[in-house]
Amino acid sequence: MTTTEQVEADQQAGVVIDAAGLHYRDLNRRVRELVAAGETALTLRNVRGQRYIGDGLTGKDVRITIHGVPGGDLAAFMDGPTLEVFGNGQDAACNTMNDGRVIIHGHAGDALGYGMRGGSLFVRGDAGYRVGIHMKAYKTQIPAVVIGGCVGDFFGEYMAGGMLVVLGLDRKPGQRLVGGYLASGIHGGEIFLRATPDALPRAPYLSSEPVSADGLKALTPRLRAFADAFRLDADELLAGPFTRLTPISHRPFAAKYAPA
Amino acid sequence: MSTSYIPPEFRWTNDTETCCRCKRCIKQCGWGALRWEHRVVADQQACVGCHRCEVFCPESCITVLPNPTFYRPNANWTLRHRKNVYRQAESGGVLLTGMGADQDFPVLFDSLFLDACQVTNPSIDPLREPMELRTYLGRKPEQVEVAVAADGRVSLKTPLAPNYQLAFPIIFSPMSYGSISLTAQKSLAMAAEALGILWNTGEGGLHEQVKPYAHCAVVQCASGRFGVNVEYLHAGAAVEIKIGQGAKPGIGGHLPGEKVTADVSTTRMIPLGSDAISPAPQHDIYSIEDLRQLIFALKEAVDYQKPVGVKIAAVHNVAAIASGIVRAGADYVYLDGVRGGTGAAPSVIRDNLGIPIELAIAAVDQRLREEGIRNQASLIAAGSIRSSADMAKAIALGADAVAIGTAALLSLGCTLCQKCYTGRCSWGITTQDPELTRRIDPVWGAERVANLVHAWAAELEEMLGAMGVNAVESLRGSRERLRAVGLDDRTLAILGVKPAGVGA
Repeated sequence: MTTTEQVEADQQAGVVIDAAGLHYRDLNRRVRELVAAGETALTLRNVRGQRYIGDGLTGKDVRITIHGVPGGDLAAFMDGPTLEVFGNGQDAACNTMNDGRVIIHGHAGDALGYGMRGGSLFVRGDAGYRVGIHMKAYKTQIPAVVIGGCVGDFFGEYMAGGMLVVLGLDRKPGQRLVGGYLASGIHGGEIFLRATPDALPRAPYLSSEPVSADGLKALTPRLRAFADAFRLDADELLAGPFTRLTPISHRPFAAKYAPA
Repeated sequence: MSTSYIPPEFRWTNDTETCCRCKRCIKQCGWGALRWEHRVVADQQACVGCHRCEVFCPESCITVLPNPTFYRPNANWTLRHRKNVYRQAESGGVLLTGMGADQDFPVLFDSLFLDACQVTNPSIDPLREPMELRTYLGRKPEQVEVAVAADGRVSLKTPLAPNYQLAFPIIFSPMSYGSISLTAQKSLAMAAEALGILWNTGEGGLHEQVKPYAHCAVVQCASGRFGVNVEYLHAGAAVEIKIGQGAKPGIGGHLPGEKVTADVSTTRMIPLGSDAISPAPQHDIYSIEDLRQLIFALKEAVDYQKPVGVKIAAVHNVAAIASGIVRAGADYVYLDGVRGGTGAAPSVIRDNLGIPIELAIAAVDQRLREEGIRNQASLIAAGSIRSSADMAKAIALGADAVAIGTAALLSLGCTLCQKCYTGRCSWGITTQDPELTRRIDPVWGAERVANLVHAWAAELEEMLGAMGVNAVESLRGSRERLRAVGLDDRTLAILGVKPAGVGA
């Protein structure tokens, strides 16, 4: 690294916090205080499972770089900031996130993006069970979760809006792209899986078809952003093939009940 | 389409002699049960017995009675069972209902009697002496340390957890905009502000019109996360994680797409016309440890400035669950008993799952005391608090405060017709039809609800005075001030109450 590059890197790093040995409450309080004081660039080093980083944090221009493994509920209720994790993520990242960007350069756990209403979550590796469940969209807020690797069961359960993408990169032999009970209870939104429809599980509540030109139009900016985040070749990713899954009904349970 | 085998439940009649033919009844009926054919004609099948027309008839010439149709009596195959079989044979559906269980469940409050002073201990006249009903919701310290300054001034050294001060030990139960009308919710919000108590958003977000009252609102975070964002969490007086509801423990909620109007969609932040599904479980909570994670996710989000509570339905293992909730860091536990109300629930769930609130309060209070953690959380009891007497008994059994939903709606005109889930409420309470919702003027509504709470508070003061105590704090968990009639030994032991006739 040249001196100029070092200076630039330091500027980008902003305020550096060594999180080693810090309780999450103390770490997050410092983050909140720094952001409230106007800091927009923070770097957290030696993060070892501290929960709630970015929880409830606001500010579109805030950027936090995390080295290590952040704990659960990363970016929960977050509204605006960008979090980039150089390491793996744990469960419930982006819980009820309203806006912002979360980039995880590794694998991540279960229940990611629960009830997410806006912003994006990019995971370079695999993710666990119940990822992207109960995601919703509202007016111009269209949340997106893009998983670079594969995901477990109940992907997109109760999905009510937004976009879910699974790319299956670095897939091991025999590894399934998505698990069972795919998008069970879905009643809104769209799912893009990098596979042909015949290679995917079918369900009576899902319409599944090869991606159309229109579908690709919606997917392209998200995939380009994903490729940018991880320095991948966007065109290679966009070459697909992609299957687009959408719910058959916005009212999946309408016929289940009768007046007493 | 074949004819329904179910006879009408009600018989609508009007006295044509006195009927002034004003047609007001036709206009008042939200169910379309009445029409004009040179006189008022009723579609008896469509009448739900809500009595709106009867109340608004200027000549008082309308009578709505149960349909006297006679079926051969059968104590086993009650008419209710037979009708439900017909309904399900016709529809194939899970039967939906509204409000709390209407069956003859034992109400233990009615077997409990409060104490009073006679001769050996003086009673207090609340008209003459001050009575303290103020109640604080939230975590209390184990002990407090004080510092005495050189000038003799005493100050508190122990930092206190956030507590919410209630003027009365009564709050309004969670009822979302969507399940009830905005005019009904605003009535509760305005009443809560005027009374110095709390109302609760339910899982429906915070509408612009009730935002001015957010400072006295509990904002709910439930499995659907509707309307939950940072602004919402910061706006409220307390945050509540909803796990369960007494009327429907263990199951979620569906606000059907047709009720997701433009305004409801904005408040919940979901697309127009799409079902608003609150899943049964919160899939980020599979254990007490997971619950702790969400409690502290919320505490972090509000910077530990507000109490975070957890609402559960009273179920078999409620004491152990409540203990876990307190240990998970909740500042209050809201217990909702089996007789609790709802805007919509499958009747089989409402009428068969859960346990009565009286036993749940006693079991939870006892367990938390035994474990030495009772101070760590307040206890709110709900699930059919029908009167100030129920409230006093709930507090004596161990509750810090009670939550009322049905009683508050009754004060807005509800007659318990149990058709909330249809969205056609003629009283303007559980509907989104602007023609119907404008029947409630929030100023008028707030006054009626506030009247009710003031009346119950006055009655509570009378009861406290009769018991010779001048603060509700002195009644809290004081089961010695209760005696029971007609309860078995085991139930008495769980309630921690002696049978009537046994002295001190």
